[in-house]
Amino acid sequence: MSDFAKLKDELKDKLSKVQNSGDLDIIKTEIFGKSGLINSEFKKLGTLSPDEKKKQASEINIAKQELTKIFNDKIAKLADIEINEAVKKEKVDVTLPEKDFRIGKIHPVSQVIDEISSIFSEIGFSVEEGPDVETEYYNFTALNTPENHPAKDMHDTFYIEENMKTLLRTHTSPVQVRTMLKGKPPFKIIAPGRTYRSDSDQTHTPMFHQLEGLHIDKNITMGHLKGCLNYFIKEFFEVDKIKMRFRPSHFPFTEPSAEVDIGYKIENNKIIIGEGDKWLEILGCGMVHPNVLKNSKVDPNKYQGFAFGIGIDRLAMLKYGINDLRSFFECDYRWLNYYGFDPLDVPTSYRGLSK
Amino acid sequence: MRFTKDWLQDHLKTNKTEAQIIEKLNSTGLEVEKVEPVKNELSDFIVSKIVKVEKHPNADRLKLCHVDIGKKEFVKVVCGGPNAKDNLLTIYAPPGSVIPKNNMKLEVTKIRGETSYGMLCSESELNLSDESEGIIELNQSFKKKIGRSYFKSNSDNVIELSVTPNRPDCLGIRGIARDLSASGFGKLIDNKNIKIKKKGKQPIKIKIEKNKNQACTIFGSCLIRNIKNKESPEWLKKRILSLGLRPISAVVDITNYVMFDLNRPLHAYDSDKIRNGIIVRNSKKGESFKALDNKEYKLDDGMCVISDYDGVLGLGGIIGGIRSGTELNTKNILLESAYFDPIITRKTAKKLQLNSDAKFRFERGIDPNSISAGLERASEMIIKICGGEVTKFDIQNIKNIVPKKIPFDPNLVPKTIGIQIKKNEIIKILEDLGFKIKKKGKNLSVEIPSWRPDIYGQIDLVEEIIRIKGFDKIQSVEPEKKRLKPTLDFFQRHFHLAQRSVASKGYLEVITWSFTDEKINKNFKENIKEIKIINPISSDLNVLRNSLYPNLIYFMKKNIDRGFDDQSLFEIGPVFTGNKPGQQATVVCGVRKENKLDVYGIKADVIQTMIEMGINKNEFNVDIKTPSYYHPGKSGSITTKKDRKLLGYFGEIHPKIIHNTYGFEIFLENLVKYKNQNKKNKQTINFSDYQKSDRDFAFVVQKDFKAQNLIDIILDIDTSLIKNVKIFDVYEGENIPSDKKSIALKVTIQSDFKILNEKDLNEISQKIISNVEEKASAKLRS
Repeated sequence: MSDFAKLKDELKDKLSKVQNSGDLDIIKTEIFGKSGLINSEFKKLGTLSPDEKKKQASEINIAKQELTKIFNDKIAKLADIEINEAVKKEKVDVTLPEKDFRIGKIHPVSQVIDEISSIFSEIGFSVEEGPDVETEYYNFTALNTPENHPAKDMHDTFYIEENMKTLLRTHTSPVQVRTMLKGKPPFKIIAPGRTYRSDSDQTHTPMFHQLEGLHIDKNITMGHLKGCLNYFIKEFFEVDKIKMRFRPSHFPFTEPSAEVDIGYKIENNKIIIGEGDKWLEILGCGMVHPNVLKNSKVDPNKYQGFAFGIGIDRLAMLKYGINDLRSFFECDYRWLNYYGFDPLDVPTSYRGLSK
Repeated sequence: MRFTKDWLQDHLKTNKTEAQIIEKLNSTGLEVEKVEPVKNELSDFIVSKIVKVEKHPNADRLKLCHVDIGKKEFVKVVCGGPNAKDNLLTIYAPPGSVIPKNNMKLEVTKIRGETSYGMLCSESELNLSDESEGIIELNQSFKKKIGRSYFKSNSDNVIELSVTPNRPDCLGIRGIARDLSASGFGKLIDNKNIKIKKKGKQPIKIKIEKNKNQACTIFGSCLIRNIKNKESPEWLKKRILSLGLRPISAVVDITNYVMFDLNRPLHAYDSDKIRNGIIVRNSKKGESFKALDNKEYKLDDGMCVISDYDGVLGLGGIIGGIRSGTELNTKNILLESAYFDPIITRKTAKKLQLNSDAKFRFERGIDPNSISAGLERASEMIIKICGGEVTKFDIQNIKNIVPKKIPFDPNLVPKTIGIQIKKNEIIKILEDLGFKIKKKGKNLSVEIPSWRPDIYGQIDLVEEIIRIKGFDKIQSVEPEKKRLKPTLDFFQRHFHLAQRSVASKGYLEVITWSFTDEKINKNFKENIKEIKIINPISSDLNVLRNSLYPNLIYFMKKNIDRGFDDQSLFEIGPVFTGNKPGQQATVVCGVRKENKLDVYGIKADVIQTMIEMGINKNEFNVDIKTPSYYHPGKSGSITTKKDRKLLGYFGEIHPKIIHNTYGFEIFLENLVKYKNQNKKNKQTINFSDYQKSDRDFAFVVQKDFKAQNLIDIILDIDTSLIKNVKIFDVYEGENIPSDKKSIALKVTIQSDFKILNEKDLNEISQKIISNVEEKASAKLRS
């Protein structure tokens, strides 16, 4: 065996026994350093004949490759050992509390508006809006509620001008008229928004939210109204079955008019919608009065349809078990955190309304 | 409107149960609000518990009792009973109740300086025994009955209806019976009055003046002589009580009875107190009279009054006056049965803020053909109970009643409700409701009964038909999924995006009133006009908000009081810029309070929201001009580079308003409008794979020089090479002149086409230095 081969085997043996990266550095110099084994052997080549030189050089290269591989494996192995050692020493108490994460919430009313919009979107309704400050005309007169009509007593109106010509809208119904005036039939819209009545007690707040619905086309009947509301209520409460009852009522802007009750029962202090023998009034609706269509420049001999109005806050209370209407507007930090919704929890029809 | 089944049966022959009747009423549009036992004079006396007894401060033998009467709050009663003690169950008499022993009506009174709301009763006071020492002590079994009547009522239930304003006919029991009969719930009893004997002319002259807007168009009357007014008989008292009224005297009770029975308001005058006949006329400004509610009313011009030659006797259709009122010793009465115009009556009552059962009916429309029927019924009852003789009826009329007729196409029924109803059935329903029908070819001619002022057109008839037929007969039609236009428009999509974007940054969404306290609002309104509410719900919610801050800060402070120091709240909603419809803008406003928060923290929230809404950072500028409610040195405005449109503000709220609180506002309409006008599609992009180099610079600039300008100057030099500029340090202090600051920044240089060599890099570096030094009057810091 040549000296080179001997030296090489020695170093190989030494390499395999190395235990730490300090020792490895020393061997690295012995093998690959300027005057290490490999370089020394190459230097010797100069004295050899061309044939010898070629043969010897190839031998050195093979040895170099072999040693390099062993060396690299050793580095990797040592690194592993050292990391494992280090990791063993690094221990924290993961049961200590996590860092604060600032999470925001969406108000239940906003969430419910999104849920409602998603449901009506599925059956082709689009969203319209109207101003909070309204004129007497749009809020009452155009909606077939003449001045000095007792029906106005039910709306405790906030007035903005002394002459009582501008006011805060008492319902979302003026959006019906505004929508029809700016477009051409057919109309298929919902209009959620803030509404105002000068009323404040346990079950009333001076501001609340309503959702208006309007569907006008050539042959829209009360049958469509029933079907539409039935669909909505079922989807909204995410139940398969719903008990629903239409009671005749009176609104100046619809005729025939109805109030809609849904069946419910109380079980373990929780309200269960869709079953039971108790009735809960949830909305008012009817066929749009021909006078309203006329006032909206829609020909009542050609077009007809239905409208409805729902209290959004009340729907939110029912669906999410919130007892006090006033709490919606009190901005209590605890309430907002408890009843609010995750901003990523966007209600959609394909993913479902609620988590 | 209240009634009992027993009274209903005066008009309706039916074998239906009370429960069936209630269900039917609901399904025909007469909503049953509640059903409760008829109140009698004893039902005022309530089982109660003394929660706590205190000493009366001014009297040794009296006590102050806090009494649980089943309501939310306890009442305070002064009591002399020696046995009054904590937790005693006893009987409570509220103010307004009449003590049976002495017929004394209780009032809220001060007893030795302490107000007493009602009384705790002894057995003798309730005529239960002669025991008058101390108040009644009830055993523990009454604990469950606190708040309920002590005396059991063994009479009927009273059914209370919520009658919609279009149905004045159902403000009388006969009208309710008619609806039930038309719905197949029995036969309407044809109660023709027993014709009473009438003697002679009504001698008091009645004149309706033909004033402009005369509310009274018909005035019917009769005189009843030689009556003996007295307490009503038991059966009548019971019915009056069932209406929720108190029996007064036979004459008054009978007029009330007829009003509720036939929906026919009447008024009885003591005719001996009328001087020289009656004139129905418009009032003159300044006239006044004392009404039966014991209040003096000053009248305006043009209110309809019933007067005699001494002045006003009463307000037509609203309330009578004391001067001509009947009393127990009244001998001769003039009975009035008239028609008053709904609108004029309503206006007058509204102006005087007067409410009465008569006014409630006249403003909804009374049957003008019920004048005689009312006089007949009432005089028959008066004669039966009080004796006397009645004159013939005098009916003055200044306007003829013409029955309304409308042509009706029965096809409108299926067209509206979607189901077929046979013509015969349609005719039967309408006839049962009192309509008179004539067939005219395919159409019907329908005459409207005079008690239905709400029926104007064909659609009203459709409602009548389906109401009686039953809404449950309407077949539900599955909704079609056809969409006419996108669910949300461009603006609405951004509203939702903004809402969820801000919430995702740790803000809790709140909804606050659109109105606020003008005192807080004035800090934020800047130059916007204050918009007052004429009739606010309370004096601290008296203006429409000009900004979202007033309410947000108000509620933030409330949460601080609750012990939450760190909080982030936001609202998205309207602020008002004027008092006309549409003068409002949508603002997203956040407030944040937190340890170690600074202006850059709030800036990050607002800028990141803008970016998420699709406005790139290079599309807007930050300026220092902000409204006065921001800290002038720690706030900024965000405007579009292109046309300087205001997108938002951010910064510290001015410390004079609230301490250590930061906020931002985004003006949604402006943002969406800008975005709509500058719609951009994402261009295809090629990322350079050539070596990029970072070069650091530090420039010394004037202290008030804006860092953003430095960035803009450098970016402008060569957009093909300078890919990014990032400030990593701002330094003031040692080694820098006191009016200067040093800004250190890292510039990223990269070519899309080649590897830049040292020479290229030096060249661009030199350009950066020379440009900045020149344009920013800066010096490279060595």
